[in-house]
Amino acid sequence: MDTISLLFILMLSIFVGFELIRKIPATLHTPLMSGANAISGITVIGALALAGGKGGDYVTALAVVSVFLATINVVGGYVVTDRMLALFKKK
Amino acid sequence: MLDSTLVINATYVVSAMLFILGLKLLGHPSSARKGNLLSAIAMLLAIVVTLLDNSIISFEWIVMAISAGSVVGLLLARLVVMTKMPELVSLLNGVGGLASLLLAWSTIAESSDFTVVERNVIFFALLIGGITFSGSIIAWAKLSERIVGRPIVFAGQALVNIALVVGIAVTGYFFASQVEPSFIYLVIGLALLMGIMVVLPIGGADMPVVISLLNSYSGLAACAAGIAIGNNLLIVAGALVGASGIILTNIMCKAMNRSLVNVLFSGFQTVTKSNIKIEGEVSPLSAEDAFYVLEAAQSIMVVPGYGMAVAQAQHAMKELQDLLETNGAEVVYAIHPVAGRMPGHMNVLLAEADVSYDLLLEMDEVNPRVESFDVAIVIGANDVVNPAARDMKGSPIYGMPVINADLAKNVFVLKRGMSSGFAGVDNPLFFKENTRMIFGDAKESLNTMIRQFSD
Repeated sequence: MDTISLLFILMLSIFVGFELIRKIPATLHTPLMSGANAISGITVIGALALAGGKGGDYVTALAVVSVFLATINVVGGYVVTDRMLALFKKK
Repeated sequence: MLDSTLVINATYVVSAMLFILGLKLLGHPSSARKGNLLSAIAMLLAIVVTLLDNSIISFEWIVMAISAGSVVGLLLARLVVMTKMPELVSLLNGVGGLASLLLAWSTIAESSDFTVVERNVIFFALLIGGITFSGSIIAWAKLSERIVGRPIVFAGQALVNIALVVGIAVTGYFFASQVEPSFIYLVIGLALLMGIMVVLPIGGADMPVVISLLNSYSGLAACAAGIAIGNNLLIVAGALVGASGIILTNIMCKAMNRSLVNVLFSGFQTVTKSNIKIEGEVSPLSAEDAFYVLEAAQSIMVVPGYGMAVAQAQHAMKELQDLLETNGAEVVYAIHPVAGRMPGHMNVLLAEADVSYDLLLEMDEVNPRVESFDVAIVIGANDVVNPAARDMKGSPIYGMPVINADLAKNVFVLKRGMSSGFAGVDNPLFFKENTRMIFGDAKESLNTMIRQFSD
C-alpha cells in the first residue's frame, strides 16, 4: 500500500484514539498505560514474517529478538493489567 | 497465495475493531476487565493469523522467541508489587521501543529495495524506538533509585544536545538518501544517546510526565515501524497507544501547571527559592485526641499522597474507613492526578487495599463541596493540598490546581515532621487555624485511632 494511504489510516486512528481515551476516568489511568504497553507489543506481528523467513541469519536474529521483546510486552502488559483491574471492586 | 493474504488482512480488520472496542470498555471500572480481555483476544487473533503468512518457512525460532517472551512477561506481571507499577510500565515502554527498533533494523537489513520516503520512515522508526528504549531505561533507573532522582546536569549539556540533534539530522539524511546506508549504526547509536540525554536532566517528581510521554513514544515507534513495513494493524494499534500517552502527558502537565517544554528543560534552570514567610502557629494533636473529633464527624474526606504508600498506611486507612462508616459517617477519597508516581497510581494502591472505586473521587468532583466535610485527613500529601497554589502569587507552585483541603471544617495532617514537599515550598495549610498536625508515622497514628474505636 502506498505511503499516503497509510498516513490516512494513521490520522484516522489518532482521532479515534483521542476520542476513546479522553473518556477513560483518571481511576483507570495506570491500567490504561500497562494496557497500552501490551498493545504496543503489536510489533510482534511485523517481526514474525522476518523471524521465520529466508532473509539470512542477520535478519532472522534481529527479528527473533524483536519477537521475544514484543511478546514480553504483550503477555506482561495484558496479565498485569488484568491483575490490576481485578482489584477495582464496588461495594 | 492471494487467499492467505486476504485472510490475514481481514482478520487484522477484526483485530483493529476489537482493540478499539476494548479501549471503549476501559471507560468504566465495571467493564474495564472485559475490555482488556477483548484487547488480548484481538492480539491473539492477529498473532495466530500472521503465522499463516506464506513467507514464514521455519517456526523453530518463532516458537522459542514467543515462549521465552511469554515466560518473562508472565513473571514480570505476576511478581511486580503495585507500588512498583511505574517501574514496570517504564521498563515495558523501553522493551516496546527496542522491539520496534529491531523490527525496523531487520526490515532494512532484509532488502535494500526501498524508496527514499520509505527509508525516511525507517529512519524515524529507528530514531523513536532508540530514544524510547534508552530514555525508558533511565526513567526506570531513576524510579527504582538505581541512579539519583534529582536532575543530572553538567556544563555544556545544552551544547551537547544541540550537537546531538544536528548529528542525528545529518546521519539521518545520509542514511535515508542512501548516500551512506551503513550509517544505520550511527543513527541507532545517536538515538540511544539522545534518549539518555533527554531523561537525565528531569527530576524524580516529574517522572509521571516522562513515563506518559515515553508510553506515547512506544506507540509512535510501533506506528513508524508499521508505516515502514506497510502493516495497517501496526499503525492503528500504535496510533491508539500514541494518542493515549499524549493525553496522559497533557493531563499530568496540567495537574502540575507546567508546560511539557518546562518539564523537559526545567533541570537546566536554577531553582527559584521563595522568600515568602508564613505567619501562624502549628497546632499539634495526638492521635488519641483526633479520635474524638472523628467519632463526632459526619463526613470525612481522605487526601492521600505518595507518602501514604511509602508508609504502607493504605490498609490501616481502609480499616479506619470501615470503623468510621459503621459509626455512621461518610468517607470519600480525594485523589489528585499527581498523587502517585504515575497517572492513576494512587487509585490502584487504594483499590488493592479494598477501597470501593466509587469512593475514589477526582479533584474536580470534590473541590466544589470541600466546605461540607467535617474532617479532611491528609496522609503523606503536601504540595497537592498547598493553598499557596491558590492564593499566594509568587509562590513557585502558584496556579497549580490543588485539592482545597484547607476549606474543610477540620484538617488533620498526618506527617513525620515539618519538611516541605517535592516542590520545596512551605505549606501554609500546616499553619491554618482549623489544621491540626498529627506527627509521627502515618500507619502508627492511624492504628492508634483504630484502637481507640475498638475500645
